[in-house]
Amino acid sequence: MSARTKVSSMSTSINRRQFIGTGAAATAAAGGFVFGFPTEASAQGEAPEVNAWVVVQPDEKVVIRIARSEMGQGTLTGLAQMVAEELECDWARVTTEYPTPGQSLARKRVWGNFSTGGSRGIRESHDYVRKGGAAARMMLVQAAADGWKVPAAECTVDTGVIQHAASGRKTSYGKVAVAAARLTPPTEITLKDPKDWKLLGKRLARLDTADKVNGKKVFGADLKLPGLLNATINACPVFGGKLKSFDAAAVEKMPGVKKVLAVGDNAVAVVADTWWHAKKALDALPVEWDFGANAKLQQADFNAVLKAGLDAPEAVVGNSNGDVKAALAGAVRKVEAVYAFPHQNHATMEPMNATAKWTPERCEVWTPTQNGEASLAAAALAAGLPAVQCEVYKIDLGGGFGRRGAVQDWITQTVQIAKQMPGVPVKLLWSREEDMTQGRYHPITQAKLTAGLDAQGNITGLHMRISGQSILAGVAPQNIRDGKDPVVFQGLNNGGGEAMIGYTFPALLVDHAMRNPHVPPGFWRGVNLNQNAVYLESFIDEIAHATQQDPLALRRKLMANHPKHLAVLNAVAARAGWGTPAPDIGGQKVFRGLCVTHGFGSYVAACAEVSVSTEGKLKVHRIVAATDCGYAVNPQQIEAQVEGSFVYGLSAMLYEECTVKDGRIEQRNFDTYPSMRIAEMPRVETIVMPSGGFWGGVGEPTIAVAAPAVLNAIFAATGKRIRELPIKQQSLRA
Amino acid sequence: MARLNVNGRVREHNAEPDTPLLWVLREQIGLTGTKYGCGVAQCGSCTVHIDGAPVRSCAVPVSAVQPSQKITTIEGLSAKGDHPLQKAWVKNDVPQCGYCQSGMIMAAAALLKKNPKPTDADIDAAITNICRCGTFNRVRAAIKEAAGVTKTAGLDIVHVVRSVA
Repeated sequence: MSARTKVSSMSTSINRRQFIGTGAAATAAAGGFVFGFPTEASAQGEAPEVNAWVVVQPDEKVVIRIARSEMGQGTLTGLAQMVAEELECDWARVTTEYPTPGQSLARKRVWGNFSTGGSRGIRESHDYVRKGGAAARMMLVQAAADGWKVPAAECTVDTGVIQHAASGRKTSYGKVAVAAARLTPPTEITLKDPKDWKLLGKRLARLDTADKVNGKKVFGADLKLPGLLNATINACPVFGGKLKSFDAAAVEKMPGVKKVLAVGDNAVAVVADTWWHAKKALDALPVEWDFGANAKLQQADFNAVLKAGLDAPEAVVGNSNGDVKAALAGAVRKVEAVYAFPHQNHATMEPMNATAKWTPERCEVWTPTQNGEASLAAAALAAGLPAVQCEVYKIDLGGGFGRRGAVQDWITQTVQIAKQMPGVPVKLLWSREEDMTQGRYHPITQAKLTAGLDAQGNITGLHMRISGQSILAGVAPQNIRDGKDPVVFQGLNNGGGEAMIGYTFPALLVDHAMRNPHVPPGFWRGVNLNQNAVYLESFIDEIAHATQQDPLALRRKLMANHPKHLAVLNAVAARAGWGTPAPDIGGQKVFRGLCVTHGFGSYVAACAEVSVSTEGKLKVHRIVAATDCGYAVNPQQIEAQVEGSFVYGLSAMLYEECTVKDGRIEQRNFDTYPSMRIAEMPRVETIVMPSGGFWGGVGEPTIAVAAPAVLNAIFAATGKRIRELPIKQQSLRA
Repeated sequence: MARLNVNGRVREHNAEPDTPLLWVLREQIGLTGTKYGCGVAQCGSCTVHIDGAPVRSCAVPVSAVQPSQKITTIEGLSAKGDHPLQKAWVKNDVPQCGYCQSGMIMAAAALLKKNPKPTDADIDAAITNICRCGTFNRVRAAIKEAAGVTKTAGLDIVHVVRSVA
């Protein structure tokens, strides 16, 4: 290759409809090489599969199958607990494995949805995974009873030991598993009453910690395969731009370089023996881009478009009651504020990566993914093969936060590379810079809130106008109906059980003027609840101060119809000591701020304690947080998620902002996109207060209360209201 | 062939001199416990020890490391994963995704070597690694426990649970 390589766009020969249609003809395909995934057992081994969820080995080890992905949130442990609870097995002998998306396809999605996002792991699969455990228990007990020729109803089971008291006989799961696997699965399954739970609600340690403290855990970035080559990639830095040409000859003699190739119509990659060699060559590669019209776009332009949307006559209504226009027109006094929330990158610690091996007959992919089924679909599409000829082996994620779910761009790229090197396994690992500049960003929005007040300072009407980006418009436009992206209104809905506003106003209007910049959006841990809570909870605080009311008292007044919201708020207020002054710390006065919301099915609240020095230095000392997630599967895992949520939420509040210059993202690494360190971490006190009767998520909701609680405390400390995030360079002293 | 002393063994490699130590460890010697997170010494996922001192290996060219210098990676921190920090990490269920934890533990181990009884301020100054999952409070608890500064009840640190009525 001496001349500049001309880029032609790739065509694909399979569409999504074909992909879905191939399921019934699929064969169980665990072929290929799985090198360590899973480690403990396989569906094909001598250990009998009692049902899709449960494999019992002769040595009494129980392997529980987990369809959702573990990315740090603990879902693997929680889901295993749910199966084990009904199975009545010995928790000390439980291990887990991931079924593959290919196996799921072959078995008509027997494990249900693989998608791991929206804090859905537990709350959407609690019923069928518990039934899976219960059905396996019933079959194991039946097998023992059959062997003894006694009615199963006369047998009892505890920690994997089955007993028939009348005859004094005893056996164990490992001994009857083969016979149990041959039985017809039961159709009538009764789940335990929560009051009889033994494992659910317990503070159990995670199942996956050991290899995370000794370096043994293999992440996607660490995968080794025989003959593996390494690749790294640059996509056009301007979103929407194309690859024009590149000078392969300039780098192909560099150490270790195997191939320089175009990927799709907008990216170029170098494949080498090692990743470092690939990186060095890519950095040296002369590339010409066709940046396209988006190269003219600047951050200030978007901001102006969003600002104009705040007063646009056309907007889609998300929630309304009463006549807000009349209420505002007749108000004795109005309070109004405008807020802004930026684009943000997920910044998983492990950059995007996958390994793929393509032949004309088969394509295999190894990858950290939040949705193995979506990875399989993306792989098949890029491979030009039916899905039954493809397989995805999931690897635990080095962070997900939404980046590795709905959009599977890195899978597409990896397969596009592997397809150009048939038979050779190739690992594509993005550099941090690529990860920062090719994100699927938290959507950018602004909001204007206007409240009408009567002569006594009571709120007569509230208008909340959101202007800005829709995630669905970028990720799944088919789900937008009548111009409405319902996800925009997270935490502001009237009912629905998913993300409900906790206040009742005499008149309320929440509407959205959709304004979509060219920056691709994505679901970002906490999603739209994050900025909606900043907007609403800051504004409630503003009204309280404008009307000389205590922020807690005002909230309580508006929450009469929302007892579960109120309960978490009261819990944090009581524990934090709201109403009594916080003791000084290091000679600094300490001030408190509140926030409450509902999202991902759970009620959450926080009370933050901060001090701000005379120089404007912020210190967050303590946060008391409360979560009502209905049923608490593993309180100590919930606590870990709550603690972690403050790191994600406060990092966003303090530092995180992706800005556009000349159509591209300016921030390229953690030096310009910082994340908080341990020194900035407040003490976190977590109140887990499950009220029963529903299942709420815990991985995300608390993120939304982090920033507003602190911002409200900053106001209490300084009288300065921060309305644009991140705080970054803004002075906290007026 | 150049030589490095890694985890008590002499290892040979043929990487170019400007190759960061991180990539020699990962790709030439096969020790993948040390992670790539940023490549610019910001995040600390690549932290190893050189003669006992914490170093961000993504920003150290391999040519800057002498064969006589002792490199320790997470794999070599203890023979059986039983360094007091590793035990405290397990007891406190510290890791979430786990990707940054090798670097976090190595940074903590270097701190305890220099300062066996660190204060909170010492921990703040020494542990500047990024963790996006947000394990910081458990990291702190585990360091103090390993140092014998405090004892935690393991999984019962700092929390309040109110059960279903």
